[in-house]
Amino acid sequence: MTPQSTLMVVAPIEASREAELRHLLARMNSEVGVADPGNPLLPFSQFSTLHFARFVILDDATAEDLRAYGADPLPPTKSLAFLCDCDGPADHLRGELAKRAGDGLRKIFSCCLEFPADCDLEMWMEEHDKPAATAYTNWLGRTVMQVLEENDLRSALVTQLQSSTHANASPQQVWRALQAFVASEQRGGRLVLTPPSPTPWRWRIKDLLHLFGVPLLLLLVSPLLLLYLPFFLIQLRLRESKDAEIVPRADAAFVKNLASREDRILTNQFSAYGNLKPGTFRRWTLIFLLFAVNYTTRHIYNRGFLARVNTIHFARWVFLDNRKRLFFASNYDGSLESYMGDFINKVAWGLNLVFSNGVGYPKTYWLVLDGAKDEQKFKDYIRRHQLPSEVWYDATPGITAFDMERNSRIRDGIEEHAMTDAEVAEWVKLF
Amino acid sequence: MAFTQADYQDMQGLLRFGYGALTEACFLLLRIEDAAAAGLWLEGAPLATAEVQIPPPAKALQLAFTCEGLRKLRVAEETVNGFSAEFLSGMVGDENRSRRLGDIGESAPQHWQWGGPGNVPDMVAMIYARPGQLEAWKLSLEDGLKASGFVLLQCLPTTDMGGVEPFGFVDGVSQPQLDWEGRRSTSGDKLTYENLCALGEFVLGYPNEYGKNTGRPLISKQQAADLPDAEDAAGHADLGRNGTYMVLRQLEQDVRGFWRFADAQTNSDEAARLDLAEKMVGRRITGDPLLHARAQAITVGGTSADDARLNDFTYDEDRDGTMSPMGAHVRRANPRNSDFSAGTHGLWSKLVHMTGFGRTYTREDIIASTRFHRLLRRGREYGSKLTAEQRLEQAPPDAVVTGLQFACLNANIARQFEFVQNAWLMGSKFDGLNDESDPLLGNREQVAGCPVDKFSVPSAHGVRKQIQNVPRFITVRGGAYFFLPGVRALRYIARAARI
Ligand code: HEM
Repeated sequence: MTPQSTLMVVAPIEASREAELRHLLARMNSEVGVADPGNPLLPFSQFSTLHFARFVILDDATAEDLRAYGADPLPPTKSLAFLCDCDGPADHLRGELAKRAGDGLRKIFSCCLEFPADCDLEMWMEEHDKPAATAYTNWLGRTVMQVLEENDLRSALVTQLQSSTHANASPQQVWRALQAFVASEQRGGRLVLTPPSPTPWRWRIKDLLHLFGVPLLLLLVSPLLLLYLPFFLIQLRLRESKDAEIVPRADAAFVKNLASREDRILTNQFSAYGNLKPGTFRRWTLIFLLFAVNYTTRHIYNRGFLARVNTIHFARWVFLDNRKRLFFASNYDGSLESYMGDFINKVAWGLNLVFSNGVGYPKTYWLVLDGAKDEQKFKDYIRRHQLPSEVWYDATPGITAFDMERNSRIRDGIEEHAMTDAEVAEWVKLF
Repeated sequence: MAFTQADYQDMQGLLRFGYGALTEACFLLLRIEDAAAAGLWLEGAPLATAEVQIPPPAKALQLAFTCEGLRKLRVAEETVNGFSAEFLSGMVGDENRSRRLGDIGESAPQHWQWGGPGNVPDMVAMIYARPGQLEAWKLSLEDGLKASGFVLLQCLPTTDMGGVEPFGFVDGVSQPQLDWEGRRSTSGDKLTYENLCALGEFVLGYPNEYGKNTGRPLISKQQAADLPDAEDAAGHADLGRNGTYMVLRQLEQDVRGFWRFADAQTNSDEAARLDLAEKMVGRRITGDPLLHARAQAITVGGTSADDARLNDFTYDEDRDGTMSPMGAHVRRANPRNSDFSAGTHGLWSKLVHMTGFGRTYTREDIIASTRFHRLLRRGREYGSKLTAEQRLEQAPPDAVVTGLQFACLNANIARQFEFVQNAWLMGSKFDGLNDESDPLLGNREQVAGCPVDKFSVPSAHGVRKQIQNVPRFITVRGGAYFFLPGVRALRYIARAARI
């Protein structure tokens, strides 16, 4: 099994070169916001371990909101962020990027401050990496190659099923016939189903240590946490009752720019950016919560769903600017309207937990209640904190997270040696 | 929030009635040339309200405005900006919206007969009358309008096809039931599908399914003393209250194309042809459900026995779509699910499902909860009704264009109409399907290289049949988003125009 990882390079943009940078980025696209996979600057499709990538300009349009909390806005800066979700270690991808797209990346990053022309690109990217506080992968171990191979498998099987008649065949017969078909396609080299690579033992050890270490640690400090809990709750409620909501509707032109980058393919990108509520209370609450959420995404939510949401391929929460700001990025299926609907109807509690520590979020109650349930305020809040992705790459356009899971099940069936009638009947319904 | 009694007197009748007995109708698309004169006319307009009249009226007039229209009537800009973003932008104001609604290719707004860029009407006057009484009334209304600063852009005709839409299927079978009395509690999760919907889903100014009032223009009480009060904002008058948004779309139907396709797919076997057509629609041609009626009633009271026979079902009992295909129009348009997947009962089970566990099959929990996405349909057919034989013939060169003047009412265009149209009808991945969109409505334009011209018909014993190369049967010919004001709101707008 090949574990997935993330990479995020952040560097401030040289103000005088912002226009040039935007122009460079736009040139990588085939449609507004959607990358041309083979563009000469950064030919994404040449990196076979890359699932998603994007360039976003971090520009805090909501900085002034801090004043409502009696704090001064952070100094205005614009930074370029480059994000990748990939198979295998990020170090490896970073090396490959520097090697094979070095010229293009240098051109892009040279528009940033702190980019010496003679620097070692790979090292520079590593120095400017911002690790995710929480990272979510829809399916741990599912590689780009696997997604593509299994999608081809499904297409071939659907075509095969429709072109031959199975009217009188029992499900068992259909299954056996398809197995034989796949075997012959594999022999002919028309279908490939690469077996999973062995799990790297280093990763496995680290993962086990994390799996058991974190609960152990929590157990150890739990007496302290428990002692602190009442104070925490009192403080929380005091703050919740007076924290200002800042939820005006986002500017129409801004929304239009965002929308122009959406729904061009079946999957969409989402980036959001905002300030934490000032003070240590919210900061430490969020650090703790993201740490806890990260435990669940690492060990529990890595099999097709994040709580009830099963349309997210990758997501991450990243602290920026000395943990004064939070950046969120995700790749999801369907329109933003349905994504937000899922947030509100299915996981409002989860969103509240994290985002209510952000400035201006709709009022919550005991950290998890209300908040996102205030539909319109929440939707306006989301839109206003969103950032347009200048360039976005999806290695598997048109294949939803649901498709991927179903395709894997189809493959499982093909590779199965024996299935009961009931199992076969369920399997056949996958087509 | 306390529910204040629905005020029928202040509402246009269309919110409550389909005016089925008024079988003749037409929709006048108008441009406003002279705001002051138009305002005067609007002040005296004989609007039909939602109050029950005895005897029932012989005719009815309903009025609605686009955003352009409100601006021309000099409604203050800050007031106009209180309407929803979709309404402000309009159906064609943003090509991103057109892409989401599937208005591309032949259905793209630049080809529209009305409502396209630069061709958006300011107002629609919808007039309904008893048989034989429309024409004279229409002429006199037209004269009055023309003398009052209005220009008639177009008259969208309708045809009474006897409760059947042009393909030949009984229409108007399933409608949400509005909670006029405030009986429905919107707090907490709903574990079963219900047809009763919070009034605020369809009428502005009342709580919606989230228990909140959908955004709409609020004006300080001093400036608008005779508008209704805003329920949720003290000291404010509510321009939206008792009004709603209306989505109007002219959808041309290729009736012969539809039946000839079904015919070709089934080797001209009459029964098989009908069966396929019914599977595409998701109901029998008679309006009966494809699923057996439920033994046990689930809907709330107040629905007739006939309605129970036609609508007392959910798709929980047809998970695999062997009775009604997942992709059938009616199943897409209203998947009849609840907030949680079937079988979530008790606290523990809810907790398990809430955190994403407890799924028992692959497609479980992938469709959004229906209660936030209902539409109140008020469309009318146009063109000529074909007999079953005519439908199968090649179209003569002088064939009358036929279709649906699709109209629906909703309080939140983005969450209701646009969501249904985008995610459910045009969506090529609805309910885990692939490569297909609504069999009736799909534009068949590829998305990211993925075809959308198939239609899957699951069968009880095994492999789904996938029908290939489904042609486009429906072309959009016009459309716009309107605000259908309450009666007092209309008077307010009329007065604004006269100042
Ligand atoms: C020319 C185009 C259309 C035709 C021929 C058509 C036809 C039908 C028919 C025959 C039914 C079943 C009868 C009934 O329940 O009333 C139906 C139901 C329905 N249609 Fe359409 N329709 C069209 C366009 C649309 C559009 C554009 C929408 C929404 C955006 C829509 C939404 C619905 C809904 C919500 C139902 C009720 C489903 C239920 O509650 O079970 N239809 N349609």
